[in-house]
Amino acid sequence: MLVTGKVHKVGAHIDTDAIIPARFLVTTDSAVLGSNCMEGLEPGWVKRVQKNDIIVADENFGCGSSREHAPIAILGAGIPIVVAKSFARIFYRNAYNMGLVLLEVGDDADKLRDGDQLEVDLDAGQIKNLTTGATVVCAPVPQSMQDLLDAGGLVPYVKKRLAAKQ
Amino acid sequence: MSHNLAEKILQAHTDEEITRAGQIVTCRVSLVLANDITAPLAIKSFKGMGATKVFDKDKVALVCDHFTPNKDIDSAEQVKVVREFAREMGVTHYYEGGDCGVEHALLPELGLVGPRDIVVGADSHTCTYGGLGAFATGMGSTDIAGAMALGETWFKVPPTIRVEYDGQLEPFVGAKDLILHLIGRLGVSGGLYRALEFGGSVIDNLSIEGRMTMANMAIEAGAKVGLFPADAKTLAYCAAHGRTGDKALKADPGAMYEQELSLSVTGMGPQVACPHLPDNVRGVDELKGMRVDQAVIGSCTNGRIEDMREAAAVLKGHKAHKNVRLIILPATPKIWRQAMDEGLFSIFMDAGAVVGPPTCGPCLGGHMGILAGGERCISTTNRNFRGRMGSLESEVYLASPAVAAASAVAGEIIHPGKL
Ligand code: SF4
Repeated sequence: MLVTGKVHKVGAHIDTDAIIPARFLVTTDSAVLGSNCMEGLEPGWVKRVQKNDIIVADENFGCGSSREHAPIAILGAGIPIVVAKSFARIFYRNAYNMGLVLLEVGDDADKLRDGDQLEVDLDAGQIKNLTTGATVVCAPVPQSMQDLLDAGGLVPYVKKRLAAKQ
Repeated sequence: MSHNLAEKILQAHTDEEITRAGQIVTCRVSLVLANDITAPLAIKSFKGMGATKVFDKDKVALVCDHFTPNKDIDSAEQVKVVREFAREMGVTHYYEGGDCGVEHALLPELGLVGPRDIVVGADSHTCTYGGLGAFATGMGSTDIAGAMALGETWFKVPPTIRVEYDGQLEPFVGAKDLILHLIGRLGVSGGLYRALEFGGSVIDNLSIEGRMTMANMAIEAGAKVGLFPADAKTLAYCAAHGRTGDKALKADPGAMYEQELSLSVTGMGPQVACPHLPDNVRGVDELKGMRVDQAVIGSCTNGRIEDMREAAAVLKGHKAHKNVRLIILPATPKIWRQAMDEGLFSIFMDAGAVVGPPTCGPCLGGHMGILAGGERCISTTNRNFRGRMGSLESEVYLASPAVAAASAVAGEIIHPGKL
């Protein structure tokens, strides 16, 4: 799968309260959560985002609580992929469960600047920076994660698996 | 290939070959757990998945321990959802009333967890069972719903930090101090993504209950699991709690570790974690003169019979300070009865303590001991985040049962040896 979009760069240790503050946790609606994505980082942050844009972060993205609303908010904002130096553990699980792709690239994240245009080839595990010409190689999404993504997240995935068993 | 404890346990539950940290594997789970707060959400996801039955009605545990006996209408409604689901699914291990206790004290006691098991729970302190050599970890509610439906889940094989404790423990120093000291050293994110694996002569000599106290707080360093080998003591504990067929477990020679730490405990005094993070750890003597309004002894960290005995040994012949409310909550009905039969309650009552039911209660600021603004509590629980036990303006200091008991008597934080 190919995804083309613009980079929105954020820093290190972006926590789940920054991604979606607790006051917005009164719904599980992805569009509503999406319209408040990163509201704890910078009010109105989400206004700059267009569909298929990509977040590029420093280390430990998604640390903090286990709220599943965080990946839902990012997806709801139209962002299908987050690239980071590293991710927090429970966020990593919740993201794939909700259908959000995470690519861990270490220090290569520094090659991707705010506003750069990227082309991400998920099957090949490659990020092309169309603005600078640089290429970042990342491990391809593991098969089990890919199955989750193809199904649209854990709830539909399990639904499919259960149906197949019957 | 040589495997450390985490890799070894995961390998026992998957057909894929585990070759490196970072690898993602799907594993069969031994037990799936949720409580009165997290089960309702998991049940919602479970239904959304179109699941009509749990993968194995004997391998799902639903423990309503946080707000029970239900403290208000909302918590009663939540428990009702869980109870109805348990009945509908025929879940064997549903606990709510007189057979219910704090989940992480209850499940080992019922023989529901043991060495080599993989346990996933919608509660971050599920890692407690690492004390028995189980790969046990907390997850989000939807993950738990998936595991309840399928009987399997995915894991990223964690890198392991090996921690060896050697030397001679001082009087009044034990498991809680060992783990607080380590968290102080690693920091609250020092174990992120990682497994902690414990060893060394001090660990060999530690009781199973002490190992569970330590494993319980692995998450306070951000770790996924805190693992202990299963030795003769573990096997004796498991057999005494009705399990059969458990085998010893230890890391392979030549196993890989990301980091190895050696800690000498000789000369180390009791440790206390100060507000508002569990890694803000100091020696008890540095806190001399720090007055307290409340002392809580209980929880999944330190609510077991050994903890009750430790508190009683300090409290015997003493009275709690007139300005201190001393609250003691044995973590399960069995511990409650044992403490009663051993005469510990007489000591507690003579000391002026309130002995409460087996519940999480004040640990998470639920009920039965909430703090007002400006109040300070010394507690044997595991988290001292701002407002954890009540008002945002209150403070929680984390310590062992001996330190909490001694501080209740003195009215200020004190070394139990100086009472
Ligand atoms: S005793 Fe405290 S930490 Fe343990 S399960 Fe209950 S609320 Fe959580």
